[in-house]
Amino acid sequence: MTLDPSVIRKDFPIFDRTIRDGKKLVYLDSGATSQKPNSVIDAESDFYRNHNAAAHRGAHQLAEEATGAIESAREVVANFLGGETDEIVFTKSSTEALNLLAYSIGNAPMGNLFHLKPGDEIVVSEMEHHANLIPWQQLAKRTGTVMKWFEVNETGRLDLSNIEGVITERTKIVALTHQSNVLGTIIPLSEIAKRTHAVGAIFILDACQSVPHMPVNVKALDVDFLVFSGHKTVGPTGIGVLWGRANLLNHLPPFLFGGSMIETVTMTDATWAPAPRKFEAGVPNMAQIVGLEAALNYLSDIGMENIHQHEIALTKYTLDKLQEIDQLRIVGPTDTNSRGSAISFTLGQIHPHDLGQFLDSAGIAVRTGHHCAWPLTRKMGVPATTRASLYLYNDESDIDALVAATLGAQKYFA
Amino acid sequence: MELDNLYQEVILDHYKRPQNKKLATTFDAQVHHVNPSCGDEIDLNLVIKNEIVTSITWDGVGCSISQASVSILTDLLVGKSITEAYAIYDNFVALMQSKGAIKGDESVLEDAIALAGVSKYPARIKCALLGWMAFKDASVQAQAKSELG
Repeated sequence: MTLDPSVIRKDFPIFDRTIRDGKKLVYLDSGATSQKPNSVIDAESDFYRNHNAAAHRGAHQLAEEATGAIESAREVVANFLGGETDEIVFTKSSTEALNLLAYSIGNAPMGNLFHLKPGDEIVVSEMEHHANLIPWQQLAKRTGTVMKWFEVNETGRLDLSNIEGVITERTKIVALTHQSNVLGTIIPLSEIAKRTHAVGAIFILDACQSVPHMPVNVKALDVDFLVFSGHKTVGPTGIGVLWGRANLLNHLPPFLFGGSMIETVTMTDATWAPAPRKFEAGVPNMAQIVGLEAALNYLSDIGMENIHQHEIALTKYTLDKLQEIDQLRIVGPTDTNSRGSAISFTLGQIHPHDLGQFLDSAGIAVRTGHHCAWPLTRKMGVPATTRASLYLYNDESDIDALVAATLGAQKYFA
Repeated sequence: MELDNLYQEVILDHYKRPQNKKLATTFDAQVHHVNPSCGDEIDLNLVIKNEIVTSITWDGVGCSISQASVSILTDLLVGKSITEAYAIYDNFVALMQSKGAIKGDESVLEDAIALAGVSKYPARIKCALLGWMAFKDASVQAQAKSELG
């Protein structure tokens, strides 16, 4: 089956509106957040209209329905990732999920398999989003562990030439992005996961830029934890997912304490509910969880492999067209081999903010700046880039509009 | 074109030919400011003699709005008393925060009036203010130093 973006766009009401005095919306910022189909908006609204009550609390019918709704969503998420239902933890965002891991690991007492001691090592890369960098650097500061990282080479790929020097017998955690939100680079995951497990460390995958765009199966990937974000996956804001291997979640101490994450409580002590409840203190973001279920069902109906193939074809088209523009430099891989659809570039001396403003005046939404990956843009030798990021509702006409407006900007700022 | 209200000729001129963009080696205060949302950076050196701003020099990277704004600022404030400079500063900040509601006083702001269009683009206001915030910071430091001295 091939995918027809013009049909898909009809499911997304935002494409009915216009931008900057009547211009067609060309949305090329899905790497920041995706647009939402009617089915997601309706599911959220239906929860509030018809089923709203506090899940896992209360003896009444509405509470039962709310509980049923979020537990059925948990099953859908588990199936989507190829994991078990009890391995799915709902958080408010993937940023929170990564912080949950960093704080939970930091809380692990001596004797716990997650316990960190001074001299242990945590490995990241130069292409991490701040959300998968800062939690680990701060954990390292709190625990006296050592931060190490894979460097990024000039073509935007991870340098694995010294993999055995980066991941060593002292390594406890390897936390990497699956796909760079700036460069589009997809990392050689299996080689790194193999080395990680050979030294007995745990592998944490930031899948925010991969789960929305390609089939991702946690068992096939051989990772220990994975996080992704609802709002980049045509789902609502306010919902993130942490997947972890059941035996690891069982050993991991909780991070947030409060209602519904406990087994028993006295005035001086408490014991914890089994995972995933242990990690879900407080009334969950129920409407958003239900919205996420609708989002994953929407994507599954279209087919993640279809979406992936569509994006590869459109990424190739974009890379080819952009590189015909004088003075335009792609920051990241210039072919579609192990590459997703986030495409960053610079345009001669024109600052990305100015280019972004010009594109906006033509109805085109892109991201400009350092994309929450400041060490990476610094390493690539640019203060900022312009990023076009693609999704299932984009087609070649969007790219043609981007190219035409980029040429227009060159004239305007010449 | 709507965009021309933002990118006035004066702004593009200052962007292409920035004024005083070479850090002086002597100064009373030196500051480094960044716009964390976009990565724009500026270094600014300031000299104040007898309550008069005698030199503002700078270096930096950023968009046309941030670079032109600081360039205009240096033209505008050098030679003014600190009191006059602060009055212009207050006037400019009020204009930026006006969401397009006020036109700004050209007799006070001179070339800086060209940045009035920025106030309608909330994401760009910080760009326009980057150099001005750096100036304010540097002037406070320079005056504190002279009081200590």
